[in-house]
Amino acid sequence: MSGTRNRVRVFSLRPATSIRLRDRGKGPAAPSPRFLAPAGRINLPAADRLLALATAAGALVILLVVVLFACELAYRSYPAWARFGPGFVTSAAWDPVRGEFGALPLVYGTLASSLVALALALPLGLGSAIFLAELAPAWLRNPLSFAVELLAAVPSVVYGLWGLFVLVPWVRTHVQPFLGHWLGWLPLFQGPPLGLGLLTAGILLAIMVTPTIAAIGREVLLAVPLHQREAILALGATRWETIRLVLLPYARAGLFGAVILALGRALGETMAVTMVIGNRHQITASLFEPAQTIASALANEFAEAHTALHMSALMAAALVLFLTTLTVNVAARLLIRKVARGPEGMRYEC
Amino acid sequence: MRYIRLVAGLLAVSLALLAAGCGQNDKPVQLNGAGASFPYPLYTKWLSEYKKVKPQVTIDYQSIGSGGGIKGITERTLDFAGSDAPMTDEQLSRAPGAILHIPTVAGAVAVTYNLPDLGATLKLTPEVLAGIFLGDIKKWNDPRLAEANPGVRLPERDIVVVHRSDGSGTTNIFTDYLSKVSPVWKEKVGKGTSVQWPTGVGAKGNEGVAGQVRQTPYSIGYVELAYAIQNRLPYAELRNAAGRFVAPSLETTTAAMAGAAAQMPADMRVSIVNAPGENAYPIAGFTYLLVYKDQQDPAKGRALAEFLWWAIHEGQKYAPELLYAPLPANVVQLAEAKIKEINHNGKPFIR
Repeated sequence: MSGTRNRVRVFSLRPATSIRLRDRGKGPAAPSPRFLAPAGRINLPAADRLLALATAAGALVILLVVVLFACELAYRSYPAWARFGPGFVTSAAWDPVRGEFGALPLVYGTLASSLVALALALPLGLGSAIFLAELAPAWLRNPLSFAVELLAAVPSVVYGLWGLFVLVPWVRTHVQPFLGHWLGWLPLFQGPPLGLGLLTAGILLAIMVTPTIAAIGREVLLAVPLHQREAILALGATRWETIRLVLLPYARAGLFGAVILALGRALGETMAVTMVIGNRHQITASLFEPAQTIASALANEFAEAHTALHMSALMAAALVLFLTTLTVNVAARLLIRKVARGPEGMRYEC
Repeated sequence: MRYIRLVAGLLAVSLALLAAGCGQNDKPVQLNGAGASFPYPLYTKWLSEYKKVKPQVTIDYQSIGSGGGIKGITERTLDFAGSDAPMTDEQLSRAPGAILHIPTVAGAVAVTYNLPDLGATLKLTPEVLAGIFLGDIKKWNDPRLAEANPGVRLPERDIVVVHRSDGSGTTNIFTDYLSKVSPVWKEKVGKGTSVQWPTGVGAKGNEGVAGQVRQTPYSIGYVELAYAIQNRLPYAELRNAAGRFVAPSLETTTAAMAGAAAQMPADMRVSIVNAPGENAYPIAGFTYLLVYKDQQDPAKGRALAEFLWWAIHEGQKYAPELLYAPLPANVVQLAEAKIKEINHNGKPFIR
C-alpha cells in the first residue's frame, strides 16, 4: 500500500510531508521491544505494562486537571449562584456598585464576536487552505505556508495593539461609514461609527483565527490520498470538480475540526478582544455597538474586584465560559461523527 | 614578620566582632507590601531611596491593584498594603486587627477631550460633566455646555464618552466626584472601582482611554493627571466648590487636600472630591498605605513605622518630579498622629 503511494509521489508535485504524515500512522504498531528491555533484564510484558501505566497516568492527569478546574470554579462561584440562581445566566444586569450581576450580555458578546469572526475567517481560511494545498505553484507554496504559520504564532497582545492603533481607526473612518451607507437598513449596521465594538472585535478575531483554519485545513487537504484525485481526474473532472467532489467531501471532518479549533480560540481570546470591543455590558443587534465578552470582563475586572460577590460573579462567568467551550467542543465532536460518516474509504480520521 | 601577621589577624577578628555587636540592633528586616498600582512609580523610588537611608531594611512593593492589597493585608500575608480607596467598614470589620490609613500622596483625575479646532480650553461645570457621562448631554453644542464656555464655538457633533473598562482607583475617584455633585448620578450609578456606565465605550487602562480619546474626534474621557501631563493631553478646567474654574495640577491637588483637612475624620478615611478652597481642583483623592495598628513583630513594626515617618516627611520631595501631589502641612500633621499609634504590646515605636 505505502509502496504504491511512494511510487506515485515520484510523479507528483506534492510535497512529501503529507505522505510521511500518513505513513507514520500506519507504520509498525509499537516500537521494537528491544528498545524497552535493556540487556533483557526486565521481562517484556512488565516493561510494556510500565509503559502503559506511565502513559495512562499522563492522560489521567490531564483529565484530573480539567475536573479540578471545574470544581474550583464551581466552589469559588458558589456565592454568586446561591444569590442569583440560574437567573445569573439570563439576567442582563452588571452593576458592581449595587451587587447585581448577570452574565447574559457577556455570553452574547462572546458568541456574537466569535460568530462574526468565523463568518469572516471561514471563507478566507478555507480558500487559503485550498490554494496552498492544490493550486499554488510550487515556488509560492512554501513561503506562503510559512507566512500563514507565522501569523498563527503572533502573540495576541500584539494583535490587540495593532487592532487598537490601526484597525480601530480604519474601521471607524472606512468600514463603518461604508456599511452604514449601503447596509444601514439592516439592524446589524446601525449606530454611530465608534471604531470600537463587536464588528472590530470580530474582524480582529477573524484575522487571528484564519491562520489556524488555513494551516490545519492545508494539512488535512494534503492528506487526501492521491488515488482519489487521480481517479476523478481520470474521469475527466476539472480542477474545481476535483476540489468540490473529492477533496472537500473527503476532508470535511478534518476541516470541521480546524474550524472548531478556530472557534475555540475565538471564544477564549482575551487581550486582543478587550482592547477593541469597547467593553460595555449590553446586548444590541448592531455590530457597531460596544459589547463585552466573558474573557474580556475577567481581564478587566478581576484585579480590582473588591467585594466577595463581585469576585464570585466573575468566577461564575468563568464557569459559564468553561461550560460554553465544553458544549461547543462536544457538539462539534458529535457533528463531526455524523458528518464523517460518508461512504467507505472516504473517511479521514482527525 | 610572622608576629605582625598574627597581630593583624587578631585585630581583624576583634573588629569583625565589634561590628557584629554594633549590628545587633539593626538586624536585617524584610517588609512585604503590595496593592494599588497608581502610586507604584513613587513607591519604587521611595524604596530605593530609603535603602540608602536604612540599608538593613528591605522593603518590597508589588503593584497588584488595591483590591489585592486589601485582601493581602486582611489575610496578613502582607506587612502593609497600598490602596487608592479607603477600606469600607465592612472590609475593616473582616480584618483580624485595627487597620490604620496613612495617606502618602494624592492624585487627581483630569478630564481629557478631543475637539479639533476648539482654540480654547474647555470649561466644565459639575452639572455638565455629570450630564455628559449620564448620556443626558449628547451634543457638544448643547446650551448647557455653551453657557460654561462663552465665546467658544462648539461643534454640532455627538459626544463620544470614553471610560475605563478595568476596575481602577481612577474610576473610583471620578465616580465619587460625580456622586457628590449629581444626585441623579448617585442614585442611578453610584461610585466604585467599576460601575455600570450609562453611556460610552470602555477602554483598558489610562493608555487605552487616552489612545481612544486621541483617535476619536469629539470624544471625552478621564485619565490620571500624571498620565495626562506626561502625554501632553488637553484637559478641561472644572468649576470647583468655590465657584472658580480650576485646571488640574499638582498645586491645585495639594490645595484640595489642604481644603479637605479641616473636616478630616480621625481615621483619615475621607474623600477629598469637590473640596473647599479657592484653588482646589475638585477631582482628587488620597492614596493610602494600610498597616496594622498593633504590630506582632517588634522589629518589623519599628521598621514599618520609621519608613512611614520618612515617607510623609523626606519622601514627599520625590513626589512632584513623579507628578504626584505632595501632602500639605496640615495633612502631614494628621498623618504623624496616625503613625504614632503604631505599637507593639501597647508601646508605640515613634513618640
